[in-house]
Amino acid sequence: MASETQIQELEAKAKEIRRSIIQMIAKAGSGHPGGSLSSADLITALFYSVLKHDPKNPNWPDRDRFHMSKGHCAPLWYAILADRGYFPKDKLMTLRKVGSILQGHPDPRTPGVEVASGSLGQGLSVGLGMSLAARIDKKDWRVYVLLGDGEIQEGNIWEAAMAAAHFKADNLCAILDYNGFQIDGKVCNVMELEPLAAKWSAFGWHTIEINGHNMKEILGAYDEAKKIKGKPVIIIAHTVKGKGVSFMENVCDFHGKAPTQEEAERALKELA
Amino acid sequence: MSEMLYQRDVYGKTLVELGKTNQSIVVLDADLSSSTRTGLFAKEFPDRFFNFGVAEQNMIASAAGLAACGKTVFLSTFAIFASGRAWDQVRNSVCYSNLNVKIVATHAGITVGPDGASHQAIEDIALMRVIPNMSVIVPCDGPQTQEAIIAAAAAKGPFYIRLGRVKTATVEGKGEFKIGKGQLLSEGNDLTIVACGIMVNEAQSAVKNLQKEGIKARLINIHSIRPFDKEIILKAAKETRGILVCEEHSVIGGLASCVDEVVAEAHPVRVIRMGIKNKFGQSGEPADLLKEYGLTSVDIEKAAKALLQ
Repeated sequence: MASETQIQELEAKAKEIRRSIIQMIAKAGSGHPGGSLSSADLITALFYSVLKHDPKNPNWPDRDRFHMSKGHCAPLWYAILADRGYFPKDKLMTLRKVGSILQGHPDPRTPGVEVASGSLGQGLSVGLGMSLAARIDKKDWRVYVLLGDGEIQEGNIWEAAMAAAHFKADNLCAILDYNGFQIDGKVCNVMELEPLAAKWSAFGWHTIEINGHNMKEILGAYDEAKKIKGKPVIIIAHTVKGKGVSFMENVCDFHGKAPTQEEAERALKELA
Repeated sequence: MSEMLYQRDVYGKTLVELGKTNQSIVVLDADLSSSTRTGLFAKEFPDRFFNFGVAEQNMIASAAGLAACGKTVFLSTFAIFASGRAWDQVRNSVCYSNLNVKIVATHAGITVGPDGASHQAIEDIALMRVIPNMSVIVPCDGPQTQEAIIAAAAAKGPFYIRLGRVKTATVEGKGEFKIGKGQLLSEGNDLTIVACGIMVNEAQSAVKNLQKEGIKARLINIHSIRPFDKEIILKAAKETRGILVCEEHSVIGGLASCVDEVVAEAHPVRVIRMGIKNKFGQSGEPADLLKEYGLTSVDIEKAAKALLQ
């Protein structure tokens, strides 16, 4: 059980990460704030309290693996990697610029990024491959993959879902950022996913549904996931697109639009 | 008569040999392990083999994950699926991250035969060679398949290795196998014939017959489509009267295009392209299809004479 202090520290850290996301995307002038903000609590909790990793030795063989399949939320990943010391924080302001180590979508040139992503639907397979590598080497490190809700409309996801259960990949944990919006509107209007937990269960996964902004629930889900044997786990996290910035919350437009300078300032005040 | 071998038999046996000494080798297949012969590895090393079922996209993106954890991944399916079905996974998950994934695609070209056009990859060289970081190898026979597999296992980065379905006669006098280097199979200054894969044998027969008529054709085997041996082509462009390119692939985007790109930039000469001319294949026995599509040694002889006229 996480203590109240731990929870508060994680909440404060997530707020700080959200500020970085806003600053980076505003400076870049393009990017995807909505999904970065909705997944911020989930991935902050992962990197500050769950994942076994060593920023000073990114290639430590026994590290847990994280892969961001919804690659457009790279600013979230970059903000956390910089804060954890994988590279200097001043690099964050080079996002999306020519020659930067921080590409618009994840690229292994960034310390801490292992495999490129950005073309949706492939990352669960990448995570499955990593989990099989751990099995071959008889290692107990784990694999975490962040998925988007719009993303799982890709067929490749369901190929991976079928295979991960078939291979009993219990060291694989998918995290679904179920914020309910994709570029063209509400997910339920563009291409309905429900009944979602039932789909994953039918594919042979252990499912955990949580409020993706409640640190206690998030940590509880990661704990539960570790204990499941014989099947992969998906944490279906109900989230709010643009979470933390009032005028971005549940506004579809901010899926892939940078805030103006004025909007960024307002957002940073809210996140102070 | 030289030895007749299935390239995929050689592939499967080579994988087993490599697997004995190289613990990092992992092999994947998508429900075709008996046809591609990865089944031989599966039998020997069940803990390092995964059958992904009929799901090539998942197999190839998973290969990226395995390779990112230090594995050297060999994966196989038919060329049509390896190159086309999962192209985005090859590009974005494997090649973009420059990972050690070796795609060994069998059943390439029209000599797949009776299965027909849906199963005959005639665009795969084009699709694979345009992706940055990708090396593309087309071995011409059994022994060269072994050399290619061993070389790919030792090299860093992604490979596409193209194998056929039918038995191939072993090509004599190939010399050393080196990625990025063509092989001069016969000297001659009248014209140059450049070939890859099963067309090397056809071309070698043609060269022998042309010789009887006093035509001296230079024959080059290009097993390494990428990296490509520009020097051997430029030398041929300068020293002979034209280049005839023979491949069991579309005339667009494959070996002929590689030759065109080099000579057009540095030393323009006439290039005749022999391959599949912007159409699909069809069902038929491999030998009949080669006749139908004008890819026999007789067709090569005719084209060579036409080039010299």
